[in-house]
Amino acid sequence: MLDTMKAQTGKTEFGYNSKIEGDIVLTTVDAALAWFRKNSVWPMPMGLACCAIELMAAGASRFDISRFGSEVMRFSPRQADCMIVAGTVTYKMASVLKRVWDQMAEPKWCIAMGACASTGGMYRSYAVLQGVDNIVPVDVYISGCPPRPEAVLDALMKIQEKIGKQPILQDTVIAKALHLQGT
Amino acid sequence: MTALEAANSIKAKFGDLISEPTEFRGEISLGISDANQIAAICGFAKSIGFNYLVDVSSLDNYGEDPRWTVVYHLRTMLAGVEICLKTSVSEEKSELPSVVGVWRTANWHEREIYDMMGIRFCGHPDLRRILMWEGYPYYPLRKDFPLAGKPSDLPGVAFTRVTPMEGGPFVTVAGVGDSSAREPRVRVPETNE
Repeated sequence: MLDTMKAQTGKTEFGYNSKIEGDIVLTTVDAALAWFRKNSVWPMPMGLACCAIELMAAGASRFDISRFGSEVMRFSPRQADCMIVAGTVTYKMASVLKRVWDQMAEPKWCIAMGACASTGGMYRSYAVLQGVDNIVPVDVYISGCPPRPEAVLDALMKIQEKIGKQPILQDTVIAKALHLQGT
Repeated sequence: MTALEAANSIKAKFGDLISEPTEFRGEISLGISDANQIAAICGFAKSIGFNYLVDVSSLDNYGEDPRWTVVYHLRTMLAGVEICLKTSVSEEKSELPSVVGVWRTANWHEREIYDMMGIRFCGHPDLRRILMWEGYPYYPLRKDFPLAGKPSDLPGVAFTRVTPMEGGPFVTVAGVGDSSAREPRVRVPETNE
């Protein structure tokens, strides 16, 4: 099998091979947890304007956000991991958005989707917050007005990349309980 | 009934309060000299068939007296006849009777005018701000309110900051040249100080 793969792709695939390793996969706890975590990012869809329509398209069958494990849109902030701010944040909505963000449990991430959420966009006005990063920390910004669903998926992959690199067990209560400190 | 006939019957009923009907692009307008009579005049207009209040809006004639003009667009749903009533309110008074008692739809229209322009409607059942929050100190559609806004803070409710205009405002020009000529660019209006 390896030989056919090498013939097709020109390189040898190293990884899990059931013929060699049986039913055992070796990894570190940190890597496994990061892998679980980054492939089940549940979004909090903060749909505030037309970007939310593209976000819906990203969730629908053509673009299918569930390929990345993020199809579980949670309308309760308690159950969400990643807030996707999709649309124009008015000052009136800003306090609501901040409260929803504060209600989300750690760890949490934020995507500013589109020009309005990132910078206020074309709304240089008394009523519009000039970028959601004034009130919440943003991990990934998406350009576009509105961005295409592919851009949302790209941002999600960037978030996954970031989550995959974040150490989980260091300096945590679990780590101290398992005496994993410094290992 | 045409719009002109309707305008004449309103004028016949209220006489000197009503100006001569003027026509602009097929729309008949009536000026009303005493804003305090607006509810009575609207009540009569409804009784002759104007059962739909299309819109209530307000103008800021900044630097002139009286400063405010309040405009009512009425329509008969059956025949589709439209008429426009205009009345003026001075800045010191900034108040005129509500027409919620005539058309209930006026409720939110009048709240919007109160919110954006600061004109009060006496007799309104629920005169609160509708777009901005309670406690916001300014009226943003007034001509002397800057486009970039003013800073304000109401702890626990909301805040506003001055918007960086970056040389703006960025204005789109419709129907001119190609798309690069139409796209939003810095176009400072001549009246901007």
